[in-house]
Amino acid sequence: MAMTMHVDIVSAEQEIYSGTAEMLFAPLTTGQVGILPRHAPLIARMKPGEVRVRTATEEIDFYVSGGVLEVQPHVVTVLADTAARAKDLDEAKVKEAKQRAEEVLKNRQSEIDYAREIATLAEATAQLRAIQRLRNKTK
Amino acid sequence: MAVGKEIRTKIKSVQSTQKITRAMEMVAASKMRKAQERMRMARPYADKLRNVIGHLAYAHPEYKHPFLVARDTKRVGLIVVTSDRGLCGGLNTNLLKTTLYTLRDWSGQKVDVELCTIGSKGFNFLKRVGGHIVSHVSHLGDTPRVEQLIGTVKTMLDNYTAGKIDRLFIVYNRFINTMSQQPIVEQLLPLPPAQTDEAQKLQHHWDYIYEPDSKEVIDELLTRYIETLVYQSAVENLASEQSARMVAMKAASDNAGKLIDELKLRYNKARQAAITQEISEIVGGAAAV
Repeated sequence: MAMTMHVDIVSAEQEIYSGTAEMLFAPLTTGQVGILPRHAPLIARMKPGEVRVRTATEEIDFYVSGGVLEVQPHVVTVLADTAARAKDLDEAKVKEAKQRAEEVLKNRQSEIDYAREIATLAEATAQLRAIQRLRNKTK
Repeated sequence: MAVGKEIRTKIKSVQSTQKITRAMEMVAASKMRKAQERMRMARPYADKLRNVIGHLAYAHPEYKHPFLVARDTKRVGLIVVTSDRGLCGGLNTNLLKTTLYTLRDWSGQKVDVELCTIGSKGFNFLKRVGGHIVSHVSHLGDTPRVEQLIGTVKTMLDNYTAGKIDRLFIVYNRFINTMSQQPIVEQLLPLPPAQTDEAQKLQHHWDYIYEPDSKEVIDELLTRYIETLVYQSAVENLASEQSARMVAMKAASDNAGKLIDELKLRYNKARQAAITQEISEIVGGAAAV
């Protein structure tokens, strides 16, 4: 029997997946990684992309828009963000919140829109990739 | 027969009110179940985060993130979570009362308070009493998302990092059970230190490999953690709101029922009195003839 590890994928809003797996692939900010059981403890940031979980019988895809990956020899935890996150986007949200408080709209809207569009685009591309892969598999 | 026309209209109007309150009660009941479910679903993420952060604190005693260091309190931040809509009993009133006491407390100690409101009830009230509101978000709907809260939370976190506030609190309604919710004030920043014990220390003699580097990861995790806490408070407040509304609407429907019974009794008495009077008039008339 192949070695297995426990995988938890959770987001702030819900638990997405919990079960045993033989291997896990995750998109880190520094590149794609594959995690096998008994991997050295690792904690890493993820970028938008898909997390693939290979179990004994199947391979499951999950889309994440960033987050943190925590690896311990027999437990892997994916702390996924469900929202599109980027530094400028967060800044944009701060601005929005402040504006709401002041009830004044400043004319910096266009920059915010731009940052938002970029993040949405990156997310959409990653989602598209995940969907395409799924489609290829079902064919 | 013209007897008791006013009473009849009154009964009709109370009945239609009762219909509305009963409908609201049922809607609130189903929404409450969903909100409770969401409360439960948000838990694993926070637990996992807490574990990781706890471990990091042990593995890196030398790195002190500003979120973990207590400072002298000169200014404080307060995040106030309220509902957007009323008709939920004393829920918001109690919460805002607690908020006011807290504000008075701090102003007594000559400490300025910066406010951040989630939900329009709190915003309107605190604006009226002249609070210093720096950021605001409302209309989260029945399914609040972390995304909607990022902006308001980050405003406060930025202020904290910049030294504009030295402590950060959150006020929200804790969901105890369907019948009772309690407004509470919780400290978010600086994060209270984790409890130390020997067994845990032994568990944490190893360290992670960090990717890209430890500081960045810790920063991100702490920010996420605070956001999650705020999110959980928002969800818990939502569950409280729905259950408070359910209870309030149930009471309203019951009261309407009582009122209708009373009015019906009055109506029947009036009708009977009228009939009796008519009969006695006829009898009196017949005797005279």
